[in-house]
Amino acid sequence: MSSADVAGTTAAPAEAAGAGEEQRSVRSYGRFLRSELRLVFRRRRNQLLLLVVALFPLLIGIALKIASPHGGRGGGGPNNGAAFFAQLAGNGVFLTFIALTMLLILVLPVVVAIVSGDSVAGEAGYGTLRYLLAVPAGRTRLLSVKYLAIVCFAVAATFIVAIVALVTGLVLFPAGPVTLLSGDTVPLASGLLRVLYVTLYISFAMAAVGAIGLAISTFTEHGIGAIAAVMILIVASEVTDQVPQFASAGPYLPTHWWTMFAALLRSPVDTTTLWHGLASFAAYTVIFVLIAWARFTTTDVTS
Amino acid sequence: MTVSAGDAGLAIASEGLTKRFRGGQLAVSDLSLEVPRGSVYGFLGPNGSGKTTTIRMLLGLAFPTSGTAELLGVKVPGHANQVLSRVGSLVEGPAFYPFLSGWDNLARYDAADASASPKTAKARIGEALERVGLSNAARKRFRNYSLGMKQRLAIAAGLLQPRDLIILDEPTNGLDPQGTREVRSLIRHIAADGITVFVSSHLLAEVEQVSSHVGVMRGGKLVFQGSLPDLRRTGTARISVRTADEEAASAVFARLGLADSATVPGTASAALGDAEPEKVCAELVHAGVGVRGLSVETPSLEDLFVGLTGEGFDVER
Repeated sequence: MSSADVAGTTAAPAEAAGAGEEQRSVRSYGRFLRSELRLVFRRRRNQLLLLVVALFPLLIGIALKIASPHGGRGGGGPNNGAAFFAQLAGNGVFLTFIALTMLLILVLPVVVAIVSGDSVAGEAGYGTLRYLLAVPAGRTRLLSVKYLAIVCFAVAATFIVAIVALVTGLVLFPAGPVTLLSGDTVPLASGLLRVLYVTLYISFAMAAVGAIGLAISTFTEHGIGAIAAVMILIVASEVTDQVPQFASAGPYLPTHWWTMFAALLRSPVDTTTLWHGLASFAAYTVIFVLIAWARFTTTDVTS
Repeated sequence: MTVSAGDAGLAIASEGLTKRFRGGQLAVSDLSLEVPRGSVYGFLGPNGSGKTTTIRMLLGLAFPTSGTAELLGVKVPGHANQVLSRVGSLVEGPAFYPFLSGWDNLARYDAADASASPKTAKARIGEALERVGLSNAARKRFRNYSLGMKQRLAIAAGLLQPRDLIILDEPTNGLDPQGTREVRSLIRHIAADGITVFVSSHLLAEVEQVSSHVGVMRGGKLVFQGSLPDLRRTGTARISVRTADEEAASAVFARLGLADSATVPGTASAALGDAEPEKVCAELVHAGVGVRGLSVETPSLEDLFVGLTGEGFDVER
């Protein structure tokens, strides 16, 4: 088999320039992205991570059912968790908020940190990064595909928690009109819509964590190091957020707005808080994606 | 030695290519490569002489500190993405995802290539695997491949698309003699299709049989570049005569204008230069030197290579 034969069978029919070229580059980008998604979602380690985040809400639901107090619908306390627990006995929908609140502390960020921290550093560690660039995948193109796949994984993990929690909650606990933290009662359909909004809000938060992970990942060849760095950053931010002396810095911390989704469970919804949160996630995403890009497009690949 | 952008005769051209690492170490210094199209260019030098760094710069993986380089007439690293799809490469050993099969690994690299047609991907991956004899191991996970199979898979990745240039960095590293022979025959086949092959090695013997041109690196500098016959011509043949009377023989050499005369007990020798050996012999006999034996020794390529690169073992920088 000579390469002339290969050339003969692979030469694409001449395509019109301009629109055809653009269409082809969009299609090839789609193919690259699908390849990246397959790599992320078919990887045994990542599947295990998704399984773990799916198990948590199930176990939380069962544990709460066993320890279930006897009803008692209370008003919203100062603490999300406590307020949600009080509501759960009356309505299974609240298991979603409980599970998301608990997993937001560590499990979800860790899962996103693992996949994002490993994204570029892992390729460098395997040595596949130099071959991808020699293909050529294009540095900016590769980085954007990496980030999109991270976002898909973060959104998938968040939605898995929400969906498993919702199903578990509705199976184990009664369903019906949802009493909000503010004491108002809304129909079940409206309650489910709020579940969706909350899940989307947390997805944005996790996408921002993914951007931080991507940026750190471009600075090292050791996936584990990048993952650890992201986790340390998250925990440090959470701790700082708890220290009263640092209260003025709070709104600028990456984790500060995560649990503010509780605003969606009050009537009327405090949209100002939500927009602040989304703006914070967007700012962190943009800044860290830019850091990743600036670093990745200008450094020698030495792995 | 100047190279213009439109120089169609060169597959690889660089001018003053220099790479200084952040620590200040000069890895590649003022390199001016000229790799003719259609040649098999052996890029030689001991380990650490800057070969891999040069290849990394050519492939756009590392940015030169100064100087310019062109692949197939296209400036790199600036426009690397325009030309690299026509260049197959093996850099510093094979690298694949250990948890994917050979086939899936090639599909991954193919998917990353914006110029690769998804319609023909299957056929191309199959052909590339067949060409390196890995069809039967296509579904095996990469982590279970032997060293030779890994190397061949890397070459298959270089052959996924029709190429004009193949860059192979130490393709026989770690291979057994059988594998080395296979790689050499692959290089011959690739070159027979008119593809330029740029192959680096720290062993002259590995590329001597396949290359038409060589470049020799030492301490980040190109100390020789040209065709193999050119390299041979740099070696000076020496005439040596076995005799009891070395001094008299030396005197004859001096009279004939032969340089580099040297004597050890029982033998006198000198650089032959343009002189004809039979004439030297006649002169010796004529001068009454008792000639017991006479020989002309041309240095082997290996000798020349070692002369250019040093004996090795001692790290130069």
